[in-house]
Amino acid sequence: MVGALALTCAGLVLHASSEARNARGALARNASLVRRLALTDLCLCTEANYTRHLSMADLSAPFQDSPLSLEHFPSGALVEPPVHLLEKNP
Amino acid sequence: MIERHRHILDFTLASLLRRKGKNGALLLVYTLVVFVLASVLFFSHALQREAALVLKDAPEIIVQRTMAGRYHPVPMAWLAGIKEINGVISVRPRLWGYHYDPLLRANYTLSVPAGNQPQPGTIDIGAGISRTRGAHPGDIIAFAGHDGLPRSFAVRAVLSYESQLLTSDLILLSEQDYRDFSGIPGDQATDLALQVRNPKEFRTIAQKITRIHPDSRPILRSEILRTYDAVFSWRSGLLIVIFSAAALAFAIFAFDKATALSAEERREIGILKAIGWETSDIMLMKFWEGTVVSLTAFLVGIILAYVHVFFASSSLFTPVLKGWSTLYPAFRPTPYLDFGQISTLFLLTVVPYTVTTMVPSWRAAVIDPDEVMR
Repeated sequence: MVGALALTCAGLVLHASSEARNARGALARNASLVRRLALTDLCLCTEANYTRHLSMADLSAPFQDSPLSLEHFPSGALVEPPVHLLEKNP
Repeated sequence: MIERHRHILDFTLASLLRRKGKNGALLLVYTLVVFVLASVLFFSHALQREAALVLKDAPEIIVQRTMAGRYHPVPMAWLAGIKEINGVISVRPRLWGYHYDPLLRANYTLSVPAGNQPQPGTIDIGAGISRTRGAHPGDIIAFAGHDGLPRSFAVRAVLSYESQLLTSDLILLSEQDYRDFSGIPGDQATDLALQVRNPKEFRTIAQKITRIHPDSRPILRSEILRTYDAVFSWRSGLLIVIFSAAALAFAIFAFDKATALSAEERREIGILKAIGWETSDIMLMKFWEGTVVSLTAFLVGIILAYVHVFFASSSLFTPVLKGWSTLYPAFRPTPYLDFGQISTLFLLTVVPYTVTTMVPSWRAAVIDPDEVMR
């Protein structure tokens, strides 16, 4: 059984490399779209502006409504804040 | 030598099958732990790689303006001064913002493209908006503008399905329509996108801009890329909860295995020793037992995680990523397997489990068989 599972895993590796090859065209088209529309972020979480445009977020994002208004969007608890914010403001 | 291993392995498998219930439950929980961890790894790495490949062409420098810690539109008068900085090829004002649609409780991103702008009165929409609103080319959509008055737009085109990870919530419209809709005056822009000749000069140019306009906030392309490189880092809120839960479940397993053998298992070891098995044979049997259980759980967990992330669009993570938003891109990340991560997962799950199963067995195996059976 372990042998069959290992073979399936090997099949998945082949599948991954074939899918990656097939996706090259779509990725190139998306990169060109990013250049044309001057996009900066992935559309992953659309519930709050600081998770929709994550790289544009700033340190006051979780306190938008008042200094005691803590993070209340689920996606804000999932994604890491932009690295440059953490570095400049240790 | 190989024959000896084969016989011991046969005996081990038969012994595992004799305790189907206990070993089945163990295998199930173990597989679940590997599945959750591998799903997180596959999903985050596939997204990181996709982000790196598509965002490599993002604007070199974005210049924003803040006032009392909040974003403020950039005056168009800034353009001339920034354009004169050595190394800056071009400065383009970007016009973009958000619109909340109370009808669907969805947030849209409005943006004015630099070229091929839709004619005034027409818009291009992302596939997510098209799906959620049931809007197709030629349909009319109305949104309330900044003054509360509705504006109608004809859908010119739906952005491609394959670009959903970038454009699912996007509405592209003309500059004239955007200014009329959002109320942003003609002498202001949301932010500025800079094209710079030499990548080595990015930081110097950003510093010069901050010197000229102390209220500006330059964001470099390298910072955008690094944001997505670390977006699902293990430290981020929910992931640390998932990892902690998985680690705790695994620690309980390991502790249970390391501290106690069932009376039945101890008796089995006693009988084997009584009929002539050496301590080394018993250790070998326990090694194979640990290997079979952990390797099976590891491989099944990995396979299920791959299917979950790359065939089922990470359906278990979607509710968390979606949060309270209505719009969520329907996308399947391109499979990307990072062997370093898989090896780490293997070392952190299979090896400790295999080792911990051997410790109590060794303790039982060195005791006198008569005492163990009693």
